[in-house]
Amino acid sequence: MALSLSPTPGPARSHEPAIEVSHVGISFEDKLVLLDVSFQVGRGETLVLLGVTGSGKSVLLKLLLGLLKPDSGRILIEGQDLVPLSENELSLVRRRMGIVFQEGALFDSLSVYENVAYRLREERERDEENIESRVREVLRFVELEDAIDKMPAELSGGMRRRVSVARAIISNPLIMFYDSPTAGLDPVTAHAINVLIAKLRDTQGVSSIVVTHRLQDAFVLSNYVFSPEKQGLVAGRTDGRSGRIDPTRFLVLRDGKVYFHGTREEFVLAQDTYLRKFLI
Amino acid sequence: MLAVLFENFLKRKVLAVQEFTHLLAGSFERAFSPPHYVIDTLVQMDIIGFGSLPIVLLTGFFTGAVLALQTYRTLSTFGEVGLLGEVVALSIVRELGPVLTALMVAGRNSSGIASEIGSMLVSEQVDAMRALGTDPLRKLVLPRLFATLLTLPLLTILSDFFGMMGGYLVSSSTVRLSGEEYWVRAYQALTIQDVTQGMLKPFFFGVTIAAVGCYFGLHTTGGTAGVGRSTTQSVVAASVAILVLDFFITKFLIAIRFF
Repeated sequence: MALSLSPTPGPARSHEPAIEVSHVGISFEDKLVLLDVSFQVGRGETLVLLGVTGSGKSVLLKLLLGLLKPDSGRILIEGQDLVPLSENELSLVRRRMGIVFQEGALFDSLSVYENVAYRLREERERDEENIESRVREVLRFVELEDAIDKMPAELSGGMRRRVSVARAIISNPLIMFYDSPTAGLDPVTAHAINVLIAKLRDTQGVSSIVVTHRLQDAFVLSNYVFSPEKQGLVAGRTDGRSGRIDPTRFLVLRDGKVYFHGTREEFVLAQDTYLRKFLI
Repeated sequence: MLAVLFENFLKRKVLAVQEFTHLLAGSFERAFSPPHYVIDTLVQMDIIGFGSLPIVLLTGFFTGAVLALQTYRTLSTFGEVGLLGEVVALSIVRELGPVLTALMVAGRNSSGIASEIGSMLVSEQVDAMRALGTDPLRKLVLPRLFATLLTLPLLTILSDFFGMMGGYLVSSSTVRLSGEEYWVRAYQALTIQDVTQGMLKPFFFGVTIAAVGCYFGLHTTGGTAGVGRSTTQSVVAASVAILVLDFFITKFLIAIRFF
């Protein structure tokens, strides 16, 4: 089912990209992690972030959430620069964003219900009936309403990721970040997570960045769209005049630098030896 | 080469002091503005305060008992066993009660705080918390600071009482000292300065225990092995800090002629 509430409106003008990263660099002690990274993600677009372990993907996601401050460059979310903001100001911007961490990062001591309701309580929502209806709504969206009273320790890896998605989308974010959401999952569960990412993108217009090591996930998101009628993925959408619409872009990080940024076709047809390693 | 290593070691220590101070200052600054996590503070008071009660009472009781046993041997040489109540009361209320209670609470809770927050950090729960709009200093550090600050003085009072009870039981069973003699001597020996001194220290120790645990928890690196390291380091650092602080507080109170 589609969420009934529309994404929280941001202060920015609609023609601005959802995410704009400009010449960002960061290093830890003497180790350079990211250098001169620049890219944009349009509204409703998906950016697939590829790179070997240690190439700076997770650090980049943390920068985009304001969890880390870059040494140089600007990060604009809906037109608002995150870099000069204080922790309190960042909290307000983060309400427009959601993140699914690699292992879910659910709070161990809280039930599924309390995990998902966490953000509403932080935003001082007091009406328990409203909280419960919102929690049930997002849990239905990720098809886990039955697990509402379970503790995180009772959930499988895939269920934990889905609860994490539910927790992230309860405040109707405009932007979603997924940090290796299918890592370590079996193909069937991984597919279910991909369906969920496409569902959010195609039914809610959510912009997203997906960090992944699995190229098949990237191609699923690029080649298929979610059909509310069929409640599943169908072959990519087209419009009458310009042909196929692909809202997915690929970005490859290598040693902290942008090595490739382009469409699926450009990525697949690239003759570069390093890029070919991802495809073989 | 050796000079560079020493320089790096010193830099790391100075940085640690800076980060610890930053954590403490940031937490106290947040104490005066909303949101406040009252429920979390009450839960922590239950875990830290009520949870530490058995070990604190046992420690207090047996400290008083063994103190009476040891002191009796010395006092009997001078034929002054009647002073037993006075010696036990002064030692327990001024020094042993606050310090041993703090050491027990540090052993149990600094490690608990460091391992809980450390585990949350390595499993990205702290990042998730921040991403969901929560300030970890408010949600994780302040409730533990307040809980320890409020419960340690209460635990110290109970520990002092059980210590004197332990001393009394040994006095009455071994020395055959009457209860009246023991308690009247103990009561008359204690001045308001002794009690104030003994009750002042737990406030400093309480902040130290919670802040050290939180600091090591929030600076955990290296996965689950790192959590183990943080746990050990927090107990060692908190225990040493309590003993050092105790010396300086006592020295300060003597310097200002408090007693």
